[in-house]
Amino acid sequence: MQPQFASVDDVRERLGRVGYLADEAIATTVFLADRLGKPLLVEGPAGVGKTELSKAVATAAEAEMIRLQCYEGLDEARALYEWNYKKQLLRIQAARDDDVWETTHDDIFSEEFLLPRPLLSAMRRDGATVLLIDEVDKADVEVEGLLLEVLSDFQVTIPELGTVAASRRPFVVLTSNASRELSEALKRRCLYLHLDYPTAEREKAIVLSRVPEIPEKLAEQVVRTVRALRAMELKKAPSIAETIDWATTLLALGIDTLDEQAAVSTLGVVLKHLSDQVRAVGELKLS
Amino acid sequence: MTVPAGELGTWATGLLDRELQFVAALRNAGLAVSSAETVDATKAFGEIDVLERDSLREALAATLCKRPTQRRTFDTLFDVYFPARMGDGSLLDDRPDPEGVAPEAFRDLLRNTLLDGDPDSIARVAAQAVSLFGRADSQSGRHAWFAYRVLRQLSPDTLVAALIADLLAGGKADGFEEKVARQTVVERIRQFEEAVDADVRRRLAEDLGVDATARSAIEPLVEQVDFLRASRSDLVELRRQVYPLARRLAARLTARKKVEQQGRLDFRRTVRASLATGGVPLRTLHKPKKPHKPDLVVLCDVSGSVSSFAHFTLLLVSALREQFSKVRAFAFIDTCDEITRYFTPGLDLADAMSRVVREADLVWFDGHSDYGHSFGLFGERYPDAISPRTSLLILGDARSNYRAPGIDALKSLTSRARHSYWLNPEPRHQWATGDSATTIYADLVDEMVECRNVEQLAAFVTKLLPI
Repeated sequence: MQPQFASVDDVRERLGRVGYLADEAIATTVFLADRLGKPLLVEGPAGVGKTELSKAVATAAEAEMIRLQCYEGLDEARALYEWNYKKQLLRIQAARDDDVWETTHDDIFSEEFLLPRPLLSAMRRDGATVLLIDEVDKADVEVEGLLLEVLSDFQVTIPELGTVAASRRPFVVLTSNASRELSEALKRRCLYLHLDYPTAEREKAIVLSRVPEIPEKLAEQVVRTVRALRAMELKKAPSIAETIDWATTLLALGIDTLDEQAAVSTLGVVLKHLSDQVRAVGELKLS
Repeated sequence: MTVPAGELGTWATGLLDRELQFVAALRNAGLAVSSAETVDATKAFGEIDVLERDSLREALAATLCKRPTQRRTFDTLFDVYFPARMGDGSLLDDRPDPEGVAPEAFRDLLRNTLLDGDPDSIARVAAQAVSLFGRADSQSGRHAWFAYRVLRQLSPDTLVAALIADLLAGGKADGFEEKVARQTVVERIRQFEEAVDADVRRRLAEDLGVDATARSAIEPLVEQVDFLRASRSDLVELRRQVYPLARRLAARLTARKKVEQQGRLDFRRTVRASLATGGVPLRTLHKPKKPHKPDLVVLCDVSGSVSSFAHFTLLLVSALREQFSKVRAFAFIDTCDEITRYFTPGLDLADAMSRVVREADLVWFDGHSDYGHSFGLFGERYPDAISPRTSLLILGDARSNYRAPGIDALKSLTSRARHSYWLNPEPRHQWATGDSATTIYADLVDEMVECRNVEQLAAFVTKLLPI
């Protein structure tokens, strides 16, 4: 893998250019993952921009992003590759009588009948690639074993075809909401980045860069209110995306100060559970 | 500047030694750092500018520290082994005369800094505050640094009202804006306090030498904090830990359900699906199994001696309530009451806790634990609570103040339940001492488990609860 980034500052600048404001931890870890050629494991609560980070890296490095969304029950056939058995059956049924089994066999286990899934596709690409393995914690433990194998050597053995090795190592990002502890073995092979909600300054900068028309004062009010909401024990704390949505909504409604009335009427943009809204109204003395 | 890994000069060898000492200190503190990760960290040295301290910190964190709960220990040790002002001692040299600056004058500076809210200036002011107020000289000519001296002299908490007024800048002094401003102020003050703490540790390290501080500065990891001795800040951290634990437990139970879901062959659907493959049934389809609904009955002692432990188990209960319909919780001190109703999903736990204590009927005689009476009453009042499908979880220290243990009552409960476990927050070596009835009770339940910290609770959850 050729490194994509020249220095930590280069990472920060190029991510910034595509609209992702990276702090020191993010910039350094992305830079190291790129330089050392190691997968990057990003862990943190929902809505802090984990998936967004890998998209930004892909755009900044002018790479194509391939995404593997994990879920319970994900298996090798969905993650790595699968034989297109329907097509194989058709091929057998369409075979003429004088076909020898050997040729048919070689024929149906060829490239034409292979369905590559995200992991294999990422490995076979020649161009720069970012492989995003999203929400690893949702997948079963067996998938971790598969990932270990693939991510340590970047090669896959398909019995009928031989070994496929990555011609160019993809930049791998794994994300996790920490709903379960990932195995030590997987963590050891990755660089680790814990993403949390940004500091007030950084979040304000994010809002200002995403919603450029917003007055600075309003941006600050929105960010401060969102932080107050996050300090409560809510079912679902507002994400960065929701902060941006709120700012956009207020702007669209032509509201220039976030006062009680404005907050109550637009609270649904940031809080999506009724019980959360009730609680926020109570604690922030909105009425 | 970048140091190519192959050309480590002598100063870089020194850096390597320091890194290895640092890794050893991390391992001492309970972080499992593998050799492969140490190699990664060393490689990282070659890639980044090691004179950029923040970069260095993050690079080492990315390679060595892979759990968020360990990050504080990591940061503490990092500050000790890679102190900030190695090359820039200006702040230390022009240490102002402690008599020269009055705390009042400094409070004004602090107030302005907090109002501004810039994290860098907050850290700088914290360092100044420590050099002004944090030093304590002893008679032997030695001196030490203390965070509490700084915080006592400056008492930043008393600035809250003034800062809120400043932030509102003439706006309304009540309601929504005030609440938001208060949150902002509290957060900034906490930042300041943390910065003071970090700076004190740094100075101690300079005075004592690295290894001595590394030994004294380490607090136990959150997973290992004793429930019965947790401080208030520990409690907050612990609560964060218990939620994922409950989720994990729930995920485990549902995963188990998924595995069992393959029921009998669904002939009709299998034949139907085989049409797509020319009549060859390549995939068999199965009828879903009826989901097994586990019952969980939690019976917990909420008397004073184990209250902080009860807090966590109740937290676990409330998290479980969101996943399972059939979780019933009962609390007792010397009599017993059902508290399930206080844990409706989405409710504030602190609220629920205080309502349990205030409203539930828990005290019958004198407010000291009486296990025997409580068990008896539980069996009488809620005869239908325990069925052959129930897992019974009893939480308490089994200290019954020498009262009748109620062996028969407990025996009838455990014989009816499918499983019964007892979680005891006391260290194992204190069991069966004094008024503890552990020996009697341990024989009656399937197993009595020592459960003093989140680590042990997690171990119990993953190993023992095959509901």
